[in-house]
Amino acid sequence: MSEPLVFHFEVDVSDFTSAGTASVTVKKNLRQLGLPSDVIRKLSIAMYEGEINMVIHAEGGTADVIVTEEYIDIILKDHGPGIPDVDLAMQEGYSTATAQIHSLGFGAGMGLPNMKRYSDEMKIDTELGVGTTVTMRIWIR
Amino acid sequence: MDQYEHSVQLDPKKCTGCTTCLHHCPTEAIRIREGHAVINQDRCIDCGECIRKCPHNAKRAVAGKLESLQRFRYKVALPAPSLYGQFNNMDDVDYILDGLIKIGFDEVFEVAKAAELVSAYTRRYMQAEGIPKPLISSACPVILRLISLMYPSLEDHVLHMLPPIEVAADLARKKVKKEHPEFRDEEVGICFISPCPAKVSYVRNNFGSYKSKVDEVVAISDIYFRLLDVMKPENQVQTISDTGMTGIEWAGSGGEATAILNEDYLAADGIENVNKVLEEIENGNISHVKFVELNACPGGCVGGVLTVQNPFIAKARLRSVSRCLPMAANFADPDEEYIPEDFLFDEMPSYVPVSRLSPNFRESMRMMAEIQRIRDTLPGIDCGACGAPTCRAHAEDAVRAGLRTVTCPFADSFGGSRK
Ligand SMILES: Nc1ncnc2c1ncn2[C@@H]1O[C@H](COP(=O)(O)OP(=O)(O)OP(=O)(O)O)[C@@H](O)[C@H]1O
Ligand code: SF4
Ligand SMILES: [Mg+2]
Repeated sequence: MSEPLVFHFEVDVSDFTSAGTASVTVKKNLRQLGLPSDVIRKLSIAMYEGEINMVIHAEGGTADVIVTEEYIDIILKDHGPGIPDVDLAMQEGYSTATAQIHSLGFGAGMGLPNMKRYSDEMKIDTELGVGTTVTMRIWIR
Repeated sequence: MDQYEHSVQLDPKKCTGCTTCLHHCPTEAIRIREGHAVINQDRCIDCGECIRKCPHNAKRAVAGKLESLQRFRYKVALPAPSLYGQFNNMDDVDYILDGLIKIGFDEVFEVAKAAELVSAYTRRYMQAEGIPKPLISSACPVILRLISLMYPSLEDHVLHMLPPIEVAADLARKKVKKEHPEFRDEEVGICFISPCPAKVSYVRNNFGSYKSKVDEVVAISDIYFRLLDVMKPENQVQTISDTGMTGIEWAGSGGEATAILNEDYLAADGIENVNKVLEEIENGNISHVKFVELNACPGGCVGGVLTVQNPFIAKARLRSVSRCLPMAANFADPDEEYIPEDFLFDEMPSYVPVSRLSPNFRESMRMMAEIQRIRDTLPGIDCGACGAPTCRAHAEDAVRAGLRTVTCPFADSFGGSRK
């Protein structure tokens, strides 16, 4: 067993247009590792949605991607407002996004459902006023 | 891997080893070695960015020469629609086509004609069940090579329609065979008049299993002055042109997409924008869009590095050339059920994993960790002084070469570590 590889990112909200860059960087690195393209695709969609959520709903945070020989974990941690009702937030179409966010093309309420669909395991730890940590796992084989 | 023969090349005598191209190459194919730029042939996509950006004109695109057509007894010119936007005070395409005959071609077959047919059949293609969304245009050879090198998961999205240049070559060849049976196939030379180096490379290397029917590719810039010499307003010219507005407007970004006659399209030009769009498609973000037109050159084909005119001026001229024309002059065969075989290609070139570190996953992991370790010893300013485009790329080069440390001219002044 080799050591897991860790990619760490600060997800910054100061420049909204840069949202999504961490998932692009991860995607490039995973291609260099020669991972199957369906694994890369699942991971980059799941991570992208999580990254955007941190920017839109939680003033940014950190993203860590841990690659082992069997699986890849994505840990997205923010210190935002937290999610009051996780089951509700997980429903397709549920969104608290403002009109302004809608005008940017987000807020369809599909992010969390997509993260669940494209990851193999997903866990949400959230506390109101403290923050949210989303952990996703994608198995390589 | 077969060596891909490239049009974009370097003149070491002119290259000063400045780092301009290094920072602009979208595939990080360039390194500075021993004082001048070196292009990694496996990675180059012939986008021409380095030619566009080089302040010393040290990069050039090698294309065919008009003289080399002497080997053919019957010569057919296939002018790209972008040629029509190159001339001042020119509102009649026939003067240009007549010019081509005057400089030595026996016949002209407009690529714009083929473009209109490709548009008509693309509309048919899009009506079939199970078409991926969005569909990506196959017309720009840089984009096809970019996808096959960097976006293998998008190969299914590519429209399997041959680009207008090939459709034109096929139709031109058939036409000559019928009208001039006295010439043997190998006596007929089909010559594309090209705005871009990527067409040159594509024709030389073929495309996947598809063998190009074009014999020679000559640069627009190479024949431009010869054409100017013979194109006189007082000339009596014949009517040769047989294309409408849509075929001509393929030369500019958005031309192909608007000809799809569907609102749900997107057209992006310039390699940086193209990369962003491809990322978005991979992330599933624009699946509501039906058709995506991508052009590596800013402005579309009129922005190719083998053209003469500023792309925006060229685009405006195209509008005046096509103003009095019908929407289209070439139509899909109504008796044909689907799309003629001759318009389709079977498969994309196979994925070439140029960026992969090692065929062995465990070894790749080890190398990646090593790249990160070395990168963290570098200042992170991506200055290019070491010859690599970024500190990350410098670390990667070292690891690929089996080195454990790297030299950095600025390591000391930055304390040898970033952040
Ligand atoms: N990191 C987070 N912190 C706080 N609230 C969140 C966070 N992520 C999601 N939410 C809440 O959950 C809701 C649903 O999230 P989801 O990603 O599914 O949809 P969306 O972000 O609103 O829209 P879309 O992802 O389709 O653009 C959000 O509207 C928001 O209220
Ligand atoms: S043509 Fe494009 S891909 Fe090739 S070396 Fe120049 S900038 Fe890089
Ligand atoms: Mg979301």
